[in-house]
Amino acid sequence: MDNFFNALNNFFLIGLPYMALLVFVIGSVWRYTSTKFKFSSLSSQFLEGRQLFWGSVPFHIGILFLFFGHLTAFLIPKAVLLWNGHPARLIVLEVTAFVFAIAVLIGIVNLLYRRITNARISVVTTKMDYAIISLLLIQVVSGLWVAYNFRWGSSWFSSVLTPYLRSIFALQPDVTAVSALPWVVKFHIVGAFFIVLLIPFSRLVHFLVVPLNYIWRPYQQVVWYWDRKNVRKAWTPWSLQRPKNN
Amino acid sequence: MDVRSQISMVFHLDKCIGCHTCSIACKNIWTDRKGAEYMWWNNVETKPGTGYPTKWEDQDIYKGGWEKKNGSIDLRGTGKKKGLLNIFHNPNLPVIDDYYEPFTYKYLDLIESPAMDDQPTARPVSLITGKPIDIKMGPNWDDDLSGTPDYARKDPNLQKLSPAEQEAMFQLERMAFFYLPRICNHCLNPACVASCPSGAIYKRGEDGIVLINQQVCRAWRMCVTACPYKKSYYNWHSGKSEKCILCYPRLEAGYAPACMHSCVGRIRYLGVILYDASQIENAASSDTGNLVDSQLNMLLDPFDPSVIEAAKKNGVADSTIKAAQYSPTYKFVKEWGLALPLHAEFRTLPMLFYVPPLLPVMASLSEQNTSQGEKMDPIAKFWNDNWLYNTSTEELWGTIDQARFPLKYMANLFAAGDEEKVKTVLKKLMAVRIHRRNVTVGDLSPEKVEVAMREAGMDAETADAIYKLTSLAKFDDRFVIPPAHREQAIEMLEFTGDTRGSTGFGFKEKPVRGL
Repeated sequence: MDNFFNALNNFFLIGLPYMALLVFVIGSVWRYTSTKFKFSSLSSQFLEGRQLFWGSVPFHIGILFLFFGHLTAFLIPKAVLLWNGHPARLIVLEVTAFVFAIAVLIGIVNLLYRRITNARISVVTTKMDYAIISLLLIQVVSGLWVAYNFRWGSSWFSSVLTPYLRSIFALQPDVTAVSALPWVVKFHIVGAFFIVLLIPFSRLVHFLVVPLNYIWRPYQQVVWYWDRKNVRKAWTPWSLQRPKNN
Repeated sequence: MDVRSQISMVFHLDKCIGCHTCSIACKNIWTDRKGAEYMWWNNVETKPGTGYPTKWEDQDIYKGGWEKKNGSIDLRGTGKKKGLLNIFHNPNLPVIDDYYEPFTYKYLDLIESPAMDDQPTARPVSLITGKPIDIKMGPNWDDDLSGTPDYARKDPNLQKLSPAEQEAMFQLERMAFFYLPRICNHCLNPACVASCPSGAIYKRGEDGIVLINQQVCRAWRMCVTACPYKKSYYNWHSGKSEKCILCYPRLEAGYAPACMHSCVGRIRYLGVILYDASQIENAASSDTGNLVDSQLNMLLDPFDPSVIEAAKKNGVADSTIKAAQYSPTYKFVKEWGLALPLHAEFRTLPMLFYVPPLLPVMASLSEQNTSQGEKMDPIAKFWNDNWLYNTSTEELWGTIDQARFPLKYMANLFAAGDEEKVKTVLKKLMAVRIHRRNVTVGDLSPEKVEVAMREAGMDAETADAIYKLTSLAKFDDRFVIPPAHREQAIEMLEFTGDTRGSTGFGFKEKPVRGL
């Protein structure tokens, strides 16, 4: 029996993460380079706008906060532990995170409801959309469960999960501490990696192309087929005047 | 001086008969696809009317274009700050109901229906959901419906008119309308390009055509809001925005765009205009009253040696400069001053110009005290009633001042509210008519003709040239298309023999929707 659980732990906490990360990296690069037309956030606001507001906005704001929260605990666990050193600050952090998680829950439920009930939106909904929304729903529910039942996650994440995740990235996976965690926590971890696995095959790819470049690019864009400054110079060879796009 | 070339258009509204052939030509070639059924890259609107999408001109609703604040301009509803903050939900995005829900009819029911007591009908079904719908709106829903409360009276251009002026427009006897064909303006200061967060929209340097790169578009949908003319459309199926491409594959092959080629009224002209790109920002941010003038000031004389030299220095091809010298649009816009941009106050510097309509608004109808026993006017048509339908030009400019449309309305459309500008154009158009009437019919007194020509600032030679290009122009006079030289651009990139017989231009993968 122990062997069986060991194998399970190894598969879900070592095998799946590596598979997910590998598929995520290779799959995303493949999709970005070879199927660019399909690389889109696939907004459905044009068909229905009002319900979307109550789904998309709380969901995105909440998920961004939670993502960066998890990332902070992963990158600078000591700072998080230091912050949590004072009970008041710990509670502020936990409550804030919980509120944002509720926002995600409200958002995702609204989005799912909208996809199912609105006839126009169902037309532009794929099976993968349902899969992703359901997974995210399960993920946020299990996350809320963990946060409520196994208190002060921001602290034990930093001391237990951060070493585990780092061991994964350091290619020396160590699951001894994680395998002792309650099954809900493990479920939450597995769910996360499963979502990562599906990123290249779903609309989630749009988070890889967040248009940050827009902040510093000039407003107007002009594309020249010719290098217009060199095109008339007799001494520039033809073969060097390559069109800038294509 | 940063000289660039721009393919510009002129639509002569006096000649538009509202037949929608242009729209159909465009639809058949470009937008007859799933997700694009509702799109009309070219559409023809009845003015006064609400247009397509409904009330598109009202930027209080749609927040398109640029607005001037503290001396500089910024995008009204999008832009770096608003665009990125609203990326999860764009509060100013029109939804499909603002255009119309595309539909078809279940024609097969007519044939396959079993024998019944009643005739079978072909029910309308939505092209989105496939379910039966009640049609609320369709393409050209307000076609020819001038004067109706739902459409004509809700025209956003009427807002600045006094209630009395509006009422006067809709008296049965004075009612008139004209057609406004619209395509993408391929602006010099395009709001769609500026609003695109992923940088998918760009202006081609060589000819100024504004395009959306379908492989870079990520459906952030800001361009739909940003374009004040609502000429950027969101394809709800593919999840990509699309817009008029000015038929660039045809242009590069030397053909006129499909809408222009098919125009039966021959209202459309296309040609190159050289302009000074260094003035774009200044022109776009000038005061509302000066917008039209400062835009026209950017357009350069293609015969000026200094312009030619600067153009060559900037890499403008000789063939393009030559095309600019023969350009019919340059003549209409700059040389003759007959064509004006549509809604210059949106500050995008549109490069599609309109010759304002004269005919439908010039004739007047007045009630005479007595039944007309004789002609009240030597050249008036005789009606056997109390009404006098007067198309005479006896009073010279009198009919312009008493036009059936208040000049204010036309000015709101074509001159950012400046009535004098529209008046000048209408006078010129009138002068050409008076001159030609004198030449062909010869029933006007020479003094009157001379006064008319002088007041319009017109000489006989110019009037004849305008008449010729307006009425008798052949295909090659209306469309002066510069060679694109794309064959050389492609040859620079790769040996064309390699791909001979294997691939065409365009997509190498099937353009299907993402997961």
